[in-house]
Amino acid sequence: MSHAHDLHIDDHAHDHHHKDTFITKYIFSIDHKMISKQYLLTGIIMGIIGVGMSLLFRMQLAWPEESFKVFKFFLGERMAPDGVMTNEAYLALITIHGTIMVFFVLTAALSGTFSNLLIPLQLGARDMASGFLNMVSYWLFFLSSVIMVVSLFVESGPASAGWTIYPPLSALPQAIPGSGLGMTLWLVSMAIFIASSLLGSLNYIVTVLNLRTKGMSMTRMPLTIWAFFITAVIGVISFPVLLSAALLLIMDRSFGTSFFLSDIYLAGEVLDYQGGSPVLFEHLFWFLGHPEVYIILLPALGITSEVIATNARKPIFGYRAMIMSILAIAFLSTIVWGHHMFISGMNPFLGSVFTFTTLLIAIPSAVKAFNYITTIWKGNLQMNPAMLFSIGLVSTFITGGLTGIILGDSTLDINVHDTYFVVAHFHLVMGISALYGMFAGIYHWFPRMYGRMLNKNLGYVHFWVTAICAYGVFFPMHFIGMAGLPRRYYTNTNFPIFDDMQDVNVVITIFALIGGAFQLVFIYNFFSSIFFGEKAPQNPWRSNTLEWTAPVEHMHGNWPGEIPEVHRWPYDYSKPGHDEDFVPQNVPMKPGEEVLHH
Amino acid sequence: MTALLVVLVLVLLSVALWQLSKIFALTQIGKKSTDESSQVAGDNDNRVNGYLMFGFLAFIYLITIICIVKYGSYPLMSNSASEHGIEVDQLMWISMILIFFVQTVTQALLHYYAYKYSGKKGQVAAYISDNNKLEFIWSAIPAIVLAVLIFFGLYAWTDIMFINEKEEKPIVIEVYAQQFKWTARYAGEDNVLGKANVRLIEGVNTLGVDLADPNAQDDIVTEELHIPKGKKVIFKIRSQDVLHSMYMPHFRAQMNCVPGMVTQFAFTPIMTTQEMRDTPEMIEKVDNINAIRTKKSKELEAQGKTGLDPYTFDYLILCNKICGSSHYNMQMKVVVDEPQEYQKWLKEKTTLVQAVKNAAKADAAAAAGTTPSDSTATKPDTTVVAQAK
Repeated sequence: MSHAHDLHIDDHAHDHHHKDTFITKYIFSIDHKMISKQYLLTGIIMGIIGVGMSLLFRMQLAWPEESFKVFKFFLGERMAPDGVMTNEAYLALITIHGTIMVFFVLTAALSGTFSNLLIPLQLGARDMASGFLNMVSYWLFFLSSVIMVVSLFVESGPASAGWTIYPPLSALPQAIPGSGLGMTLWLVSMAIFIASSLLGSLNYIVTVLNLRTKGMSMTRMPLTIWAFFITAVIGVISFPVLLSAALLLIMDRSFGTSFFLSDIYLAGEVLDYQGGSPVLFEHLFWFLGHPEVYIILLPALGITSEVIATNARKPIFGYRAMIMSILAIAFLSTIVWGHHMFISGMNPFLGSVFTFTTLLIAIPSAVKAFNYITTIWKGNLQMNPAMLFSIGLVSTFITGGLTGIILGDSTLDINVHDTYFVVAHFHLVMGISALYGMFAGIYHWFPRMYGRMLNKNLGYVHFWVTAICAYGVFFPMHFIGMAGLPRRYYTNTNFPIFDDMQDVNVVITIFALIGGAFQLVFIYNFFSSIFFGEKAPQNPWRSNTLEWTAPVEHMHGNWPGEIPEVHRWPYDYSKPGHDEDFVPQNVPMKPGEEVLHH
Repeated sequence: MTALLVVLVLVLLSVALWQLSKIFALTQIGKKSTDESSQVAGDNDNRVNGYLMFGFLAFIYLITIICIVKYGSYPLMSNSASEHGIEVDQLMWISMILIFFVQTVTQALLHYYAYKYSGKKGQVAAYISDNNKLEFIWSAIPAIVLAVLIFFGLYAWTDIMFINEKEEKPIVIEVYAQQFKWTARYAGEDNVLGKANVRLIEGVNTLGVDLADPNAQDDIVTEELHIPKGKKVIFKIRSQDVLHSMYMPHFRAQMNCVPGMVTQFAFTPIMTTQEMRDTPEMIEKVDNINAIRTKKSKELEAQGKTGLDPYTFDYLILCNKICGSSHYNMQMKVVVDEPQEYQKWLKEKTTLVQAVKNAAKADAAAAAGTTPSDSTATKPDTTVVAQAK
């Protein structure tokens, strides 16, 4: 079979070479594989900016108000006079770090890369339902990234009200300089970003529902696709609410409405706002904000499911339970937003309701964690870098997830709300876990994207140093958080009561700097392997899913000739009665072969 | 000249890279495309990384132990200064122990299996796809445990948050937030706060109290917050400009300050400031902090700068919602007194109405030119401009 295909490929590729100009192939491409690479590259650049910012403000926290040449170099004379970071620069950095990492890296780049690459390839589709919309979606994302980066260079500074941009702080330039032009650009950027995200999500949903190849029933889809599909559904439900919040905020800022503002006396005068409430904004923001956490996490979990099963040479344990838990998480994620607002001044009765729904999420999450562990049990684990990152994800997902039991409990939240305990919790459970998922995906599908292999030894160095540093950074944070140390403080030196915790901050920063520096290993590996990596074989990880049946050389339409037909679920690894320890989905069932999953 | 050199170097570099890629491509030609790649983990990689996984489990345990030993005294989980705080601490302990147990066991399973089942050539994985009984068990156990936690949590939450002001008759105190300071207003004898709105802010009346309101006549505005031990206090919280959060970690108390609405939080302090200072935990903590400060002072003085003052413990309100440039320095001292001391302290304060009258008198006198210079000295700071750093 493969020989005949090979001949065909050359024909096909040749064909398209003449039609594609540089612009249609690399820039305004409508091919999902190219768009996926575009998302990934943009994401990596945004990731470097976002992580770099965190290193800068970590240095300020460890050695407050000391002068550093790097501050002067990156922040300039205005934000770091004499190399000392100003308090306004600090707030700007944490705000943009959060925005970039949450939205641009872990939402757009993670979903954008892998949904685009895998949905058509794993489902056996020629491309996305609408290649044009897909292209528009990427370029809107690119535009919003550019606007966000441009906002860093505005005279009054970029948005500085925290990535949650609560009004009135974000609405009034008198309250903080960053709420001037910087905030306007933030809102414009996010509005465009949301449009991009919605177009992408709609495309994913339509493709999954309509373009599955023959035999690919919903219950034969790889868990990656289930995760991307449900993620897109959550996105379509919740992102418009953030858009409305952003639009209302723009109205308040520029057109004198009072949706979120009331009774404000600032800079010596009463402002003319009456009747609005910032709590309304908090509701609108977190109605997206909490599902957003799962928009980030679910694709990472989907990737992990696929990578762990493939590398354990074992079916994913509890395929249907995994789908059910994704659905349960998706449903619950839309009715728990209030746990970010226990002490916002909303009716305490609502706090009770949200505590109840929030803690329920622990159940499907526990199911997922146990299923991963059981999948590894009695496996034949191939320790590829992708597998290490997936196991790492399960580890940080557990460590970070467990503290959610405390934060989700309104009573306990009172004292740790907005402290470093929260920072530790969400960075582990969603930041680091999702990054691990993204890395796992890159190591696993790099051969599919670029036709070459990533260097595994560099991958091992990258994983182990990152894994140690991730715990080194975020584990001690729980302790200073429970001591009542608020987040988003420029320095703690005005509170002698925190003096004894300064050395913890130093330890955290050192781990952060080492971990940050070792990401360069990945960057080097990634870019050098694109050009010089070892040529990838057809199916390097000996995987069952359809993307590995497509030719290594990229081509429009993915498969020359017929699209493969699917005869089985994607997890027939080490199935008795077969010569190999994997049976690709397009291999027909033998007569009398047993179907094990129900 | 340097620019030219840089361009030259870049050009040469790219030529070198291009040549390298050609060489790599040529080396690939002879090779037949196979299913094998040297960049896929082999037995050796599996073994080494399997051991490292086991080592990583040790690392997780180690960092947990180190953190508990070194930083274990930081978390506020005992020595609560408020009545409900004891309940909060208990629940925190129960949750923490549970989390600790689950973390220890699941991380052990995950990393031990990763080590034990690391791949070997010829080893075959078990073909096991699902088990409904197991799924049921690990759904049901968390569900039961969480049900218990939810029950306790909601019981405590209801107890803390729902206050029957008519029956419990707590002392009413307003906490007023603005960029970047706190102010307190006491309700006075009638224990009812006068109406207020930022539109009424004028001169000495920095909180915008409606001076015509009968309830406002005995209101007292102070820069320091005193509360009596053993009496329930309810804080009525307002903000003048942006969101703030009234965070009093030692009392396990926190509530956001929202412009345009009044929020509230109530608790009963059970330890005076002095009593808290005298607890062994606090003595140890303060000694430790002072040792650090003395060391730092010496360093500063060596550089010719002024040293740091020694530290004595005080309860605090911290701002815990990002509120502007100087968010990191928005604090207020809180003092818990014995009830009679508290009464004495409060009696010495003048009421707001009186303060306004005094200021008006001083102003009039100043206008008449009788007392030219000291009239402004008695006037509290009325500017609300941000205290720049």
